Parts: sequence; structure tokens; C-alpha cells
Amino acid sequence: MSQTIAISAQNVIKAFGHGEHAVRALDDVSLDIRKGEFFTLLGPSGCGKTTLLRLIAGFEMPSGGTILLDGADITNLPPNKRPVNTVFQSYALFPHLTVAQNVAFGLEMLGKSKSEVSARVAEMLALVKLDHLAARKTSQLSGGQQQRVALARALAPQPKVLLLDEPLSALDLKLRKEMQIELKRLQLETGITFVFVTHDQEEALTMSDRIGVMSSGHLQQVGSPKEIYTRPRNRFVASFIGETNFLPATREALGYRLDCGIVVQAPASQAQRVTLTIRPEQLRLVPEAEGDVPVKITNLVYFGTDTHCHMSLPDGTEVVARLQSPSDGESGLQVGQGIGLRFLPGALQVLEE
Amino acid sequence: MARPISHLPGFTPIAMAVFAALYLPLVILVFYSFNAGEDLAHWEGFGLHWFAKAWENDQVKDSTIRSLWLAAVAAVISTVVATMAALGTTRRARFKGQTFIYVMINQPLMVPEIVTAVALLIFFAWFKVTLGYQGMGYLVLAHSAFCIPFAYLPIRARLESMDLTLETAAADLYATPFATFRRVTFPLLLPGILAGMMLAFVTSLDDVVITVFVKSAGQDTLPTYMLGQIRRQVSTEVYAISTMLLGLTVVMLVAFMALTRKKD
Repeated sequence: MSQTIAISAQNVIKAFGHGEHAVRALDDVSLDIRKGEFFTLLGPSGCGKTTLLRLIAGFEMPSGGTILLDGADITNLPPNKRPVNTVFQSYALFPHLTVAQNVAFGLEMLGKSKSEVSARVAEMLALVKLDHLAARKTSQLSGGQQQRVALARALAPQPKVLLLDEPLSALDLKLRKEMQIELKRLQLETGITFVFVTHDQEEALTMSDRIGVMSSGHLQQVGSPKEIYTRPRNRFVASFIGETNFLPATREALGYRLDCGIVVQAPASQAQRVTLTIRPEQLRLVPEAEGDVPVKITNLVYFGTDTHCHMSLPDGTEVVARLQSPSDGESGLQVGQGIGLRFLPGALQVLEE
Repeated sequence: MARPISHLPGFTPIAMAVFAALYLPLVILVFYSFNAGEDLAHWEGFGLHWFAKAWENDQVKDSTIRSLWLAAVAAVISTVVATMAALGTTRRARFKGQTFIYVMINQPLMVPEIVTAVALLIFFAWFKVTLGYQGMGYLVLAHSAFCIPFAYLPIRARLESMDLTLETAAADLYATPFATFRRVTFPLLLPGILAGMMLAFVTSLDDVVITVFVKSAGQDTLPTYMLGQIRRQVSTEVYAISTMLLGLTVVMLVAFMALTRKKD
């Protein structure tokens, strides 16, 4: 078991402040991160994702709980005794050192021999394609290059886990896309476990093997990008990852009765009162008589490849469908038109709570 | 739209008056220190006569050497203390009474110097009688103490502009707390430390009030010697010494500016 788990957080609590003013940034979080996976902690700012990362790095000590690395308790180790390295949001490159000296820092602190250090530095700079800039001061580099130095510096000591704290947030869109691919490549080439923190759901979906979605100090759901997207566990996960529609409903013997009175089919649940959810691209528009639910089109928004069709159910609930725009751009739909809505089998998901 | 300050009415005359008040006396002092004649008020041609005379004066030489080493020792001691104080007040979690500590460290800037001088006179008098020790230790202690805030302020300013994440990054890269200080904090802080040390050096070199009250017989520093000379008869020799001190200060000031300038 411990052979396959890199990081295990067990009932971790982190409180800031004392007494009545204490705020729990992490409230009883348990999480296993597997060896060699690209794991992303995803959530809005203030959800506790960076706090969890800093606890794993050892920059903060938990108020409760245990953190294991390869099965060994590291909860109370200082950061310099943990075989874990961090890529900081601000990069935190040493301004008085050259690129090569920055990359060599961790290796020197570990007491590696001179020849080993210089060989490893050269290898790392080649890996991030910065060999030609080894003698430069870091202040002479562009943002993207600084990012690569930060990566090389953190990877050089061959950590068991690499922690990345929103490292792409300072880059412009084009560079960010490039670095996403680059990061994935580095992770595959080195085989090191990556724990990546971001608030950008697209970044999380495209890069991760698994995602942990966090909100207000709790882990809401852990799963592969597909699981998180297609089978969100609760309303927060469903709305934070991508766009979605919510349909309040009540459980009955033959299915779920929507608030507009129509009964639809969806996976079983325990709760009486539920919210059904369906992604905009999984809604089909059909002639009014053939649909599961009759709706009225309230707005049409053209997005180029897609057209977003806003509709209202008989009880006033708003839903959006994403339709592929026809080649001539004319969908034949009109605002005010009545139309039928069909739910593809298995597309409706049930959110309890 | 902010216009240059020089467009404000009356700016030029006020600025001229302020600069004249600040620098005209210095210009006159430097000018007359090169006077060839004996008379203080009459220009009798250019000469280095007074510089030579000051140079040959053993009392000037003794007091200069005493001033320089006193300032050097006080600067080193106060800078070490100030560096530790600055690290303690910026690199650690905030603690109760931190503002109080900050005020305490900067106390010599706020308490009138004459009060400190009298207090030290009484305090050290007791030691002098009890221990029978009359040496330079008292001056070293007193100078080191009042130089601390002068060293502390530039060091603290430098630390506050330094990203704390750099030290976190060093710890993350397996540096022990001491290695972090030696390899990251200290090299980045060095310009601040040197600036602080220079400021402390100049402050000690310049001090009269506390020195007069604390010193024992035969412990004249250059400023107290000059004060003694002037009390008897204003001599152009004092002009020459002042000019040399001014030159030293300008050199230190330029170095201080170069060290504290923000590099991009």
C-alpha cells in the first residue's frame, strides 16, 4: 500500500489565529497522492489548496493530523529535511546568483561533490532548454525563462515530490499554454510525483492525472478529470468545473419529478430533494412534441463554433444548451420559439444536498 | 497632471535660500582653510599652510587616531547588534511588544543627547570609582550604544524590501537556517549592513556631547579637541581639520548612496 502512495495527508487541520477568531484553512482533510502521478489541487482562492501545499513542503506546521511521505511521518520535519521541492508562484530565484548557481543550490546543500553538481546542473539546464543562459543573472531573463530556472532548480535534487504553487499564473496566455505542455513533458520524463496548485479549471483538466477539488477548507471530490467533469459529486464541483445546468427535483417511485411537473430518469439516490445537473453540450433540441420537456428560447448567443441557446422551463428554471453552429451559421432557431428539450440517456447526474 | 515642483510660485527663491543656508558656510569654511595668512577674515592668497600645521600637531594626530578607531570599533559593534535586532524584528513571526522593542532600539534618536550624556556621566562615574578603570571602554560602550539605531534603520529597510520567499526557497532546497543566512540572507543584506556601518561610523566620528561627558582626561577625540581649541582662540587650523573631515564625509556619503541605491 505505502509502496504506491507518495503523499498521504491524514485528518489534517490547519487553523490560523486563536480562540474565537481562529479560521480553519484546512478542516480535516485526508488525501492520498499516488507515486508518479500529476495531481492537481483545484479551487478558488482561499479554499486552502496553497495551505495544504505549504504543509506538505513544511513551511507551515499543521494544527492537527499527520502527513506521510512514502509511508514515513514527516509532519514535524523542517522543510530542509524533507525530500520535497517547490516551484514558487513568484519563482523566488536568488537574485545574487547566476542561473547555474541557482540550479546548483539544492545539490550543494545536500553536500554533493563538485563534479556531480556540475553534471547535474548541465543535465537540468538541458532538460529545460536553458543551457545557453547558464552564466546569466536571473534578473536578465524573461518571465518564461525564470519559470524554467525555477523548475530546473526544484527538479535538480531529484525530489520525491515536486510541489508547484500556481507557477503559471504570472505568464501570458500563449506562454501558459506552452508551459502546460512543457510541465506535462517534464513530469513524464522525470517520473516525479507532481502536486500542482491552481484555480484554473482548464489547466487542471488538461494536465492532471487526478484532481482534488477544494472549497472552504474541505476536499470536495477527488478523481480523474473525466470523473470530476462527468460525475461531479456536489453542486460546488459541478459549477466550479465547466458550465452546467441545475434542475431542482424531487425523488419519486418512477424517477425524479422536476419542479415543472415532468418526471425524468436519473441515477438512484438516497435524498428526497435533489438537484439534477446536465452539461450544456449534452442537451439536445428536438421538435416540441418529441422532447422530454417543452421549453421557450429566451436568448441566442453566437460564439463562432458554438451557439449558446438560453431557454426557460415551464416553471421558469433557466437552462443553457451549447449547440454546434451549422456551417452557414444559421441555426433556424428564434428567440421566443417553443421547442423540445431531450436529455441524452445517462447525461443527467444527481447532486444530493 | 502633476507639474514639476519648480513651477510652484516662490519655489526658486525658497530653494535658493535653503541651499545657501546649508552650504554657504561650508563653502566659506573650505575656502578659508586654504588661506595663506594668519587672519581669519582676510584672504591673503592660496596656501596649504594650515593643513601642514594641523598635520604636524601631535594633539591633532592623537585625537584623530583615537576618533577613527573609536568610530571603527563602535561601528562594528553597533552593526552586529543592529543586524541581529533587524533580523529579529523582520524575519520572525510578530511577537507581543514588537512596537515597544522598535521604539526601544531607536531610543537614542528621540531622547535628547544631553540627557543621555548626563545619565552616562553619573552611571560611569560609579564604575570609574568602584572599578578604578579609566580606559577607553566607557567611550566604546557609549558610542556603540547610540550608534545602534543609525546602523539598524538602513539594515531594516533593506530587509523589509527583501522577499521572504527567498529564505523559504533556500530552506526548501535543503539549506539549514545557518546556511540560509550565510548563502542567501547575508549576501543580499550586505549592502544594507555596509550602509548601516558607515552611518554608525560617521555618527560616532561626529559626536561631541556624549563624548565630552563620558571621556576621562587625555581621551580627546577630534571633535572635542577642536571644541577645546575654539574655546581658546579660533584658529585656521580648525578650518583645515574640518575641511579634511568634510572630504571624508563626502566619500562616505557617496559610498552610502551607491550601496543603498535600488538596483534593477
